[in-house]
Amino acid sequence: MEPILEISGLTKRYADGPVALDGVDLTIGKGEIFALLGPNGAGKTTLIGAVCGLVRPSEGTIRAFGMDLAKDWRSARRRIGLVPQEMATDMFSKVIDTVSYSRGLFGLPASPARIEEILRSLMLWDKRDSQIRHLSGGMKRRVLIAKALAHDPELLFLDEPTAGVDVELRRDMWRQIGAMRAAGTTIILTTHYIEEAEEMADRVGVIDKGRLLLVEDKATLMARMGSVEAVITLEAPLADVPARLAAYPLTLSDDGLKLTYRGHGGATEAKAEVAHLVQALVEARMGFSALDTRQSSLEDIFVDLVEQGV
Amino acid sequence: MTRGFNLRGTFAIFTFELMRAFRTFFQSIFAPVLTTSLYFIVFGAAIGGKMSSVGGVSYGAYIIPGLLLLTLLGETTSNASFGIYMPRFTGTIYELLSAPVGVAETLMGFVGAAAVKSLILAAIILVTASFFVDYHIAHPILALGYVVLVAAAFALFGFALGIWADGFEKLGIVPMLILQPLTFLGGTFYSIDMLPDPWRRVALANPIVYLVNGLRWTFTGKSDVNIWASLALTLGFLALCAGAIAWMFKTGWRLRS
Ligand SMILES: Nc1ncnc2c1ncn2[C@@H]1O[C@H](COP(=O)(O)OP(=O)(O)OP(=O)(O)O)[C@@H](O)[C@H]1O
Ligand SMILES: [Mg+2]
Repeated sequence: MEPILEISGLTKRYADGPVALDGVDLTIGKGEIFALLGPNGAGKTTLIGAVCGLVRPSEGTIRAFGMDLAKDWRSARRRIGLVPQEMATDMFSKVIDTVSYSRGLFGLPASPARIEEILRSLMLWDKRDSQIRHLSGGMKRRVLIAKALAHDPELLFLDEPTAGVDVELRRDMWRQIGAMRAAGTTIILTTHYIEEAEEMADRVGVIDKGRLLLVEDKATLMARMGSVEAVITLEAPLADVPARLAAYPLTLSDDGLKLTYRGHGGATEAKAEVAHLVQALVEARMGFSALDTRQSSLEDIFVDLVEQGV
Repeated sequence: MTRGFNLRGTFAIFTFELMRAFRTFFQSIFAPVLTTSLYFIVFGAAIGGKMSSVGGVSYGAYIIPGLLLLTLLGETTSNASFGIYMPRFTGTIYELLSAPVGVAETLMGFVGAAAVKSLILAAIILVTASFFVDYHIAHPILALGYVVLVAAAFALFGFALGIWADGFEKLGIVPMLILQPLTFLGGTFYSIDMLPDPWRRVALANPIVYLVNGLRWTFTGKSDVNIWASLALTLGFLALCAGAIAWMFKTGWRLRS
């Protein structure tokens, strides 16, 4: 893995504020998608801000493309893009003007063809002459993405790209992020949604209270963390979990009316297993009146992680 | 500092700032035309009719440089302060802070645009004034140069103000409560030689007096104060503001958390 970003000992103490980052070490490889997970206030935005020049690190070094950001920030920043968490756009500008402005600001010559390509890929071309204040929230977010892509960054930060975006648009953004990766862009994104990390990331980092608790390949992590709980309300009580269902991780309630499934094999696998379980119930002609499934929330996972003392 | 200087970035900021001004084009033209006209009606016609001339120049023509500065200082300062305060307020400043532009590119973009806007403003005021009085500019090139210098200095001042301010009130307070009174008292509408002695010496402590007289000299060839003092003061103020901004960028004060 050729490193594109090397962070070491990064600490940030805000003036009269908390320690937002506490000795973070992190190396990001070229071409990967890295998802940074963590609860509110964990330090995700601060970490991104430190790399992008919005936050002044208290301690530690950051190297991007092999350059020390404290010294060669000008050359490094030309190659870094940022989509901020907060919706911040110049409300009175036209879409195409603000995106062209971003390209110029980052030192590239004007390229109407490239701007058109970016706007089309984000389905903003029809809106190019609209003032930003006349766009919907999801469109504004896409304008921010277009601005970040305008200078063709090699390293792209997406701070909660899908917060407040509807399901369809979220899937759409996942596709677009996939396309950017295919084009060779390295992507670091933050999210509160585990499915998002599950869907897109190659590696996942979990941060809490400014400390990076773990960094792992997604596959490894999902196997460890993704869990699904399904509660099946039966029409007739059972004395015991039937033998033909013994292969599933099931427990039966005292009154014999509720079967609870707890799967830990990663959220996707566990959901598939629940589907099989339901099929098995139907085949066994065991009637049930309700099925509630709940995926382990990120909060559960954090609690688990902290308790395990990782 | 010039290593890897981002000229395109400078140009992007410059054009963006000009576009921002042209969005409110009519307001930016109409307001100075109106205020200049009002001043001429009140001071030029009403009062000036009773005053023959000041130092051999008709009163109407005498007040033009002061009038020009009165509008120019206020407009340039608030324009530049809003130019940087608004991105801070709305959060769009993230882009500037994450871009490969340093204090040099940022200032050249912002201040260059502010200077152009101020020149347009000055031209509008002079054209408006020509409808009310006959006047003649003794040293047009020097007048232009001095207006550019003053505009650049106050654009820097406004820029620093926009970084310092942490609320809209503060943005308004400085032009309203400091700049405007000082300009009114700064010999805009009178020669400080007309003042009785204790007040004359007080007036000489007002820096705006030197600016007004510097510009007045380029118009009429006459000044109440040494014009080299005017030039030195203007350059000193410009350097002071530029230095303050350079420090703000270096330490990230009120820009980077
Ligand atoms: N400018 C600031 N000044 C002082 N404290 C700050 C500042 N920005 C963030 N903090 C604090 O630093 C900590 C980390 O904040 P940060 O924004 O990095 O969290 P986050 O992981 O991005 O959270 P979220 O998921 O809510 O976006 C929080 O306790 C926050 O209150
Ligand atoms: Mg955040």
